[in-house]
Amino acid sequence: MAEIHLKSLAHSYNRHAEKPEYAIREMDHVWHDGGAFALLGPSGCGKSTLLNIISGLLKPSDGEVLFNGVKVNDILPQDRNIAQVFQFPVVYDTMSVFDNLAFPLRNMGAGDAKIQSKVSEIAEILELTEVLKKKAANLTADEKQKVSMGRGLVRDDVSAILFDEPLTVIDPQLKWKLRRKLKQIHQKFKTTMVYVTHDQLEASTFADKIALMYQGQVVQFGTPRELFEQPNHTFVGYFIGSPGMNFLEVKRCEQGVCLGEKIFPLNELEKQALQMIDSNNLKVGIRPEFVHVWDDPDDSAYRAEVEFVEDLGTYKIVSLRLGEHLIKARLQEDQKVPKEHAFISFPEQWLMLYIDEFLVAKDDHNEEN
Amino acid sequence: MKKTKSNKAWFLVLPVFILVAFSAIVPLMTVVNYSIQDIFGATRYFVGVEWYREILNNSRLQDSLVRQFVFSGSVLLIEVPLGIAVALMMPKAGKWSVVTLLVLALPLLVPLNVVGTIWQIFGRADIGLFGWGLNALGMDYNYAANPMDAWFTVLLMDVWHWTSLIALLCYSGLRAIPDAYYQAASIDRASNWAVFRYIQLPKLKSVLLIGVLLRFMDSFMIYTEPFVLTGGGPGNSTTFLSQALTKMAVGQFDIGPAGAFSIIYFLIILLVSWLFYTAMTHGDSK
Ligand SMILES: Nc1ncnc2c1ncn2[C@@H]1O[C@H](COP(=O)(O)OP(=O)(O)OP(=O)(O)O)[C@@H](O)[C@H]1O
Ligand SMILES: [Mg+2]
Repeated sequence: MAEIHLKSLAHSYNRHAEKPEYAIREMDHVWHDGGAFALLGPSGCGKSTLLNIISGLLKPSDGEVLFNGVKVNDILPQDRNIAQVFQFPVVYDTMSVFDNLAFPLRNMGAGDAKIQSKVSEIAEILELTEVLKKKAANLTADEKQKVSMGRGLVRDDVSAILFDEPLTVIDPQLKWKLRRKLKQIHQKFKTTMVYVTHDQLEASTFADKIALMYQGQVVQFGTPRELFEQPNHTFVGYFIGSPGMNFLEVKRCEQGVCLGEKIFPLNELEKQALQMIDSNNLKVGIRPEFVHVWDDPDDSAYRAEVEFVEDLGTYKIVSLRLGEHLIKARLQEDQKVPKEHAFISFPEQWLMLYIDEFLVAKDDHNEEN
Repeated sequence: MKKTKSNKAWFLVLPVFILVAFSAIVPLMTVVNYSIQDIFGATRYFVGVEWYREILNNSRLQDSLVRQFVFSGSVLLIEVPLGIAVALMMPKAGKWSVVTLLVLALPLLVPLNVVGTIWQIFGRADIGLFGWGLNALGMDYNYAANPMDAWFTVLLMDVWHWTSLIALLCYSGLRAIPDAYYQAASIDRASNWAVFRYIQLPKLKSVLLIGVLLRFMDSFMIYTEPFVLTGGGPGNSTTFLSQALTKMAVGQFDIGPAGAFSIIYFLIILLVSWLFYTAMTHGDSK
């Protein structure tokens, strides 16, 4: 087991081209020892690239990869003692399921007794015991992927297990079950696990901490709750939650920031930041869950037109027009939906200020993020 | 719902049936017809399996058959492993892969009789580079006089001509293996041998099946190249089945025995191809 430290890491697939494009833009990141992490992000943001760099399948163009403080850049994947499971099942067709699962152990020179016990343990967990004698070529896609995962899980001494969207080909019901299994395995063996996905639900059910990646960089690393409540980049706000965070472009004004006539109050820290940074790219963001919707006028409420209502069973999404902005609000199923127009207000606590797309912290201890 | 049966659909199969009849069934039946009769000009007798008995007991043909199996066996044993090895060593991308592909494809484009002629001259001890070279190195090489040398030359010629086919088939098979397999193997700490044994070879199976069948059938029916190179000699040492057949049918005009011979020849090829096929696809389902 190991702590994995990515130091000033960057990677380009066409480094020698005239205009190299960077799949990983210079970043620093630490995966703490023994954690269950998710690496979340949209398609093409560099998740697989980052994973392949950690496992050694790719050599980064710049920066260092450290396992427990030791630089491993020049160490081959074979010798990094790391397991990786890919998006599509990879099985050794001509081998039986048992031999597939035993393969990494045999290559490490493990003894027969250990192979027996380890393989049957993992087969038990993944419910492969029935098919152990079957030839891998004749398995269903689901079973093949379980075998692929099993080959990663049989090695209990690995530095980390990396999963690259391993459940993509698996049908939803089994997906849910396997995710729980993975979580159990993590709790049992405490191996560092990094789980790549572009599904936020998958990320938050599996991981203690999520790294959200955007355009080749980890933009936020925190608990699912932190990502939800205090997204430190507009992209995080937009990507996490359904629907994503509302963002309103605002202007500087005497009391803080204004949307047309309306003034949004700011606290001291936010005011300071606004004075220090000379940028006019200002936004305020608020989660649809935190938008208050009233039937009657209220002191702090703005009048908005109801555009449409989506009923999603346990909750409703109301789209409201406020000037030129469309604001979404999430209502509980028993909450009354206003007709034609409504009064909305934004609780100060949940109203976030973004300068140049980055969050201005509301209190000091969040500064480090 | 009640199904109405109509036999009209058979008319749609008719064209294919006629085509197959003219391309395979009719000629084959003609040969069967010859093989069970004795024909002198206009008179003909029914002789039953007489010709078959004669052919099977003909010791010269038996020798040819053994020679043929040894030849096809050697061809497969040399060309298949060599072709795989060449495919494994070929560059995977870039301009060198194009160059190697072109060089490998070249022998395949040479007409059969030209291949024979090339080696006939190439191997001559007096003016051929190859034959002269071997002699200059102190070897007593003469394919026209020494049966061993003749065999060696015929085999070498076939290897030169056809190994590319196996190599190209395997190369395309290797390129079709997704990177993820190699990545998984390196994560699993597999050795190079294990990568070959458990990833590359299994994935090459279907192209190898085609390659082996093609090479077997082709080499088993080889005619032109040894005919041009050695004329079947010295003695009968490089007379293979098809040459023996041609001698009998065209040279001596023994149509009856030649017909029986053809049928047996055809059945052997069919049987051996079937054996290869079942052996190589066996164990796919378990
Ligand atoms: N082998 C490669 N050669 C060149 N460019 C590549 C290669 N692999 C990935 N890229 C590029 O690098 C960027 C990041 O790709 P990567 O596969 O890491 O994304 P991802 O986050 O894993 O996406 P997905 O969710 O679709 O798997 C993309 O722009 C992609 O086009
Ligand atoms: Mg990917």
